Amino acid sequence: MVGGEISILNVNKFFGDFQVLKNVSLEIRKGEFFSILGPSGCGKTTLLRVIAGFEDVQEGDVLLDGESILHLPANKRPVNIIFQSYALFPHLTVFENIAFPLRLKKFTEGEIKERVGNLLNLIRMEEHAFKYPSQLSGGQKQRVAIARALANEPRVLLLDEPLSALDAKLRQELLIELDNLHDKVGITFVYVTHDQTEAISVSDRVALMNDGKIIQIGTPYEIYESPVNVFAATFIGETNLMKVDVLEVEEEYYVVEAPGVGVFRCYKDKEAKAGDRLILTLRPEKIRISKQKPVIFENVFHGIIEEEIYMGYQTKYFVRLDEGYIMKVYKQHVRYLLDEPILHWKDEVYVSWDPNDSFIVEVLTS
Amino acid sequence: MKYTAVYVLWLLVLFLVPLSIVVLFSFLEPRVHGGVLWSFSLRSYSYLPQYLRLIWRSVWIAGVSTILTLVLALPVAFYISKSRHKNFLLLLVVVPFWTNSLIRIYAWRVILGNNGVINQFLNRFGLEPVQFLYNPFAVILVIVYTYLPFAILPLFSSMEKVDESILEAALDLGANKREVFVKVLLPNVKAGLLSAFVFVFIPALGSYAIPDLVGGLNSKMIGNEIARQLLIVKNWPVASAMSNLLIVVSLVGILLIMRREKMK
Repeated sequence: MVGGEISILNVNKFFGDFQVLKNVSLEIRKGEFFSILGPSGCGKTTLLRVIAGFEDVQEGDVLLDGESILHLPANKRPVNIIFQSYALFPHLTVFENIAFPLRLKKFTEGEIKERVGNLLNLIRMEEHAFKYPSQLSGGQKQRVAIARALANEPRVLLLDEPLSALDAKLRQELLIELDNLHDKVGITFVYVTHDQTEAISVSDRVALMNDGKIIQIGTPYEIYESPVNVFAATFIGETNLMKVDVLEVEEEYYVVEAPGVGVFRCYKDKEAKAGDRLILTLRPEKIRISKQKPVIFENVFHGIIEEEIYMGYQTKYFVRLDEGYIMKVYKQHVRYLLDEPILHWKDEVYVSWDPNDSFIVEVLTS
Repeated sequence: MKYTAVYVLWLLVLFLVPLSIVVLFSFLEPRVHGGVLWSFSLRSYSYLPQYLRLIWRSVWIAGVSTILTLVLALPVAFYISKSRHKNFLLLLVVVPFWTNSLIRIYAWRVILGNNGVINQFLNRFGLEPVQFLYNPFAVILVIVYTYLPFAILPLFSSMEKVDESILEAALDLGANKREVFVKVLLPNVKAGLLSAFVFVFIPALGSYAIPDLVGGLNSKMIGNEIARQLLIVKNWPVASAMSNLLIVVSLVGILLIMRREKMK
């Protein structure tokens, strides 16, 4: 199958007076696994429904491989959607669900058998072909929905939070399956989710949405490591957000002062001058924590562990620095017993980080 | 089942006892001015074959009326189930029940009669009056009108339960609106269709007032004959036997439909 390329150009959409999509523009490349990520109510599902043909727009255009598809009704668009609820037809068997679009197109019985057979094989559901949806587990329903959506050989597959109804373990499994499937069929996937882990783990690129607007488009790495604003920094992963004042400008670094923390160095990601205020993000897993004062690091601060959350693979510490700032520090457990003495609640500790590991989110010029 | 006893009593008093009386009477001899003589007889049933034509007519009038009612009720029920003003629209559906059904049938006479509203209107344009009343057409029309709400309500409640996204999925997979309706919506409201059928077909088959008031000699139904036997001929056993026949015919009709559904 061949993947399609989608261009969304300056789309504006209103529900009554309420603007759900605000000048949204996106380029989704051929064969890409593209995620639209955002909190509930941000307009991501509406955007997907616009591409599928279930919602019209007041302004803007949607192109598929260079041609506008806005005038086409949903049943004429070479894109297919997978609904959050899977929307399998309860009165039809797995086989007939997948055969549904083929029967509409008047395929012969032989062709239907062959194509449905191939799809059943693709989703490894051959032995369930004659079950009804009510007899399937959530994961199986999800697979059938995918097979049915692929039966038409669409150029783009739209997925509307397809994993949100499943439990965490199954979600992980199916996500990997979805990724493999994407590699196999080669068509463009547009995946809508509010779950940042899902989005950044399998996507080629992610569009972060909030309040009807596209906030940032980039690879998962860019989205996680170089958020464009406070929303992006806090929505994806967890972080320590600090408002800092620039004291001194060096060649590669700024010397800054953060209330509650103290004076430290940060990398010059963005241009600023002394006296400017910066918003800085510092991911908790990038901070070291130890009982002894480290000698090789700069940016070392003393504090007390206020809160300790043991997660098995890591421990989350909330450290109250001497100046008052509460810093989140995640320590990965990589060795059994041989890790340095385990830190506990109320222990006095040192936290430290490399000046290159913080990131300037915004510059508020004075 | 705390209330089992109540249900049993309720069924017994309101359903089983009256039905048993009717069945019992059908096997007895008539008394001349109504009532029964307590001696066993199958004579009442021996009269039934001469009513075959009447029974057949009742079945087809009820059948056609039921099909028309369902056809009209489907889009209405669908529209209401998708509307934002469900409660208000449902209220409108049941508003006619606030008026006595006889009065509503008389209203149709006023509309369809030879000097009725429609004919007066036609007259104004110099058109000949049309005989609307006293034929099967009028009976079917009024039956459809009367029982439409009984079809809309069960259809509405089963359509409301249909997941909107399966309709969208069908559309997305290439179905046009008609195919969505026939191939996805209808199979998923089977239960509603079945109850709508039962709610309309059974009372329509037993119609009495409607064919009496808007039907002619060629559109009398079995209900009219039962009433005539009971009130004019005063042959209670024959009236009872015909009632039993009516029950059997309805049961057979419903069983046939249910079997067909099962076989699918």
